[in-house]
Amino acid sequence: MAEDRNNKPASTIEEPERRRMFKKVSRRLGAAVVGSIIGSALLRSRPAPAASVLRPPGALPEKDFQSACVRCGLCVEDCPFDILKLASWADPAPMGTPFFTAREEPCRMCYDIPCVAACPTGALDPLLTDIRKADMGLAVLVDHETCLNYKGMTCSICVRVCPIRGEAISLKPIQNELGVLQIPTVDSTKCTGCGTCEKHCVLAEAAIRVLPRELGQGLSGANPAGRTPVWGMKG
Amino acid sequence: MSASLAALYRRRWLLSRRMVQIFIVLAFLVDWPEIGRIANGNLSSSLWLGVLPLTDPFIALQSLLSGTMLAKTALIGTVLIAAFYFIFGGRIYCSWVCPINMVTDLAYWLRQKLNVKGNMTMPRELRMAVLGMSLVLTVLSGTLAWENFNPITLFQRELMWSSLAGGLVLLSLFLFDLLITRRGWCGHLCPVGAFYSVLGRYGRVRVTAKQSGSCAGCGACIKVCPEPHVLAPVVSLKANAVTHGDCTRCGACLDQCSSGAIAMKFDLGKSFHGIPIVSK
Repeated sequence: MAEDRNNKPASTIEEPERRRMFKKVSRRLGAAVVGSIIGSALLRSRPAPAASVLRPPGALPEKDFQSACVRCGLCVEDCPFDILKLASWADPAPMGTPFFTAREEPCRMCYDIPCVAACPTGALDPLLTDIRKADMGLAVLVDHETCLNYKGMTCSICVRVCPIRGEAISLKPIQNELGVLQIPTVDSTKCTGCGTCEKHCVLAEAAIRVLPRELGQGLSGANPAGRTPVWGMKG
Repeated sequence: MSASLAALYRRRWLLSRRMVQIFIVLAFLVDWPEIGRIANGNLSSSLWLGVLPLTDPFIALQSLLSGTMLAKTALIGTVLIAAFYFIFGGRIYCSWVCPINMVTDLAYWLRQKLNVKGNMTMPRELRMAVLGMSLVLTVLSGTLAWENFNPITLFQRELMWSSLAGGLVLLSLFLFDLLITRRGWCGHLCPVGAFYSVLGRYGRVRVTAKQSGSCAGCGACIKVCPEPHVLAPVVSLKANAVTHGDCTRCGACLDQCSSGAIAMKFDLGKSFHGIPIVSK
C-alpha cells in the first residue's frame, strides 16, 4: 500500500495542485488586502462635508445619514423652493447626497415638510412632524467686528427675517465703550438652522452663519477640567 | 421600402432596447403635459406615477452593510426590483435599463468604426472582485462605498445639474471603453452588473435554441454578443439555452441570426437548476 502510494503519479500531482491552490488563494487575498487599503484611502481622501453644507430637515446624524441615504434625490425633487441639490463629484459633500447652502437659498421651513415625506429610506427621519423641531444646524454670529449691530447701528435684519419670530434670534442689550448695543443673540434650543438669517445678512460676507451643530456649539464636559477626552470624537 | 423594413427588422431588439432605455431616462427627466413627471428620484430609488416605489437592491445591500435598516417604502421597492430580476434574469437591468449601457455601446460602435485595435485584456471576473471590494469597503467605511463613484446615478444627476467634474468622469469612462479595453466597463469592471448577474442567475428569460439543425453555424451571434462566453455552449450544441448569469438578454444575437435558430423564451417548465439539457 505504501509502495502503491509512492509509485502513483497521482500523489506527485497532488502536491503541486495543492501548492497552486495555496498560491492562488494567497494571491487573491493579497490583492483583496491591497485593494481595500487603496479603496479606503480613496474613500477617505474624498472631502469631508464642508461647514457650509447643510442637510435637509430631519436628517439623521451625519454618520448615520451617510449610510441611510441612497442618493435618490426624491427629497430634492419634492422641495417646492428648489433649495436642495444632490452633491456632484466636485461638491464638498459625499457624492450624491442632498444638501443646501444657506447663503444661496435657505430652507423655507414648509409646515408639511415635503422632503421628509418623500424620503423612502428614513435618512430624513419621518418622526419629524413639526418643522420647528428641525435641527439642520445652528446660527452663530461669527463676526463681532463687521456686524452692524456691534458697530452701534440697529440693522437687526437677521432678527427680523427669522421664521421662529422673536424666539430663535432676539436682541439682547450689552454695554461697552460705545454705549448700549443691541446684539442679535441666538437661542440654541429654538434655532432650526434654516439659514434665513445668513441669507439676508446685509454684509458682503455674512456675519451670522449657520454651522452644523457640532461645529457651532460647545459642549460642557463631564470632568472637572471641563473637557471630556475628545480624541477621535469628531468623525 | 421593404428593404428599410427589413433593416429595421434586423435591428428589432436593438431598437426596442434603445426605446426602453430612452423612455426610462426621459421618465425621470421630462414633465409631460397632463401626467407630469412619470418617475421621481433616480435609479437608486424612485417613485413611479406617485405610487410605485422601486429601489435598487445593490444600493439597499450597501445601506444594510453600512449599518442601516431601510425604512418601509425603500424595502418594498427593493423586494419588487429584486423579485423581478430574480424571476426574469438579472442583467436585463444592464441592457434594458442602465443608461451607461448607451454610453458604452456608443464607445463600442465608434471603436468598430474607427477600427481601434488596442485592447488591454482583463479577466471578466474582475467585476466580481470590484463587487466584493465595494461591499467590504462599505462595511469598513460605514458609507455606501460604490455610490461615491457609481456612474449610473452620476449620469442621471449630470442630466439634471450638469457639472464639469461629473461630465469628465463619464467622458473618461467612454474613452476607457473606446481606447483601452473592448467592452471594458460593462463587460469587465462594473460591480452593478456583477451583482445583478448573481441575483438573476436563474432568471427564466433565456436565449434558447429552437431546434437542433437549423443553425447554419455562421457564428454571427457570437461576434456581436457583448458576453460571448455565454453563447458558446449553445453554438457548440452543448446546451440548448443560455444559462449563464452574465447574459444581458440584449438580443443582439437574435438580431444577427438569419437562420432563426435561436429565440428569446420565457421557460418555466424545465430545470430550475440551470443545468443545460443536452440535445444532439
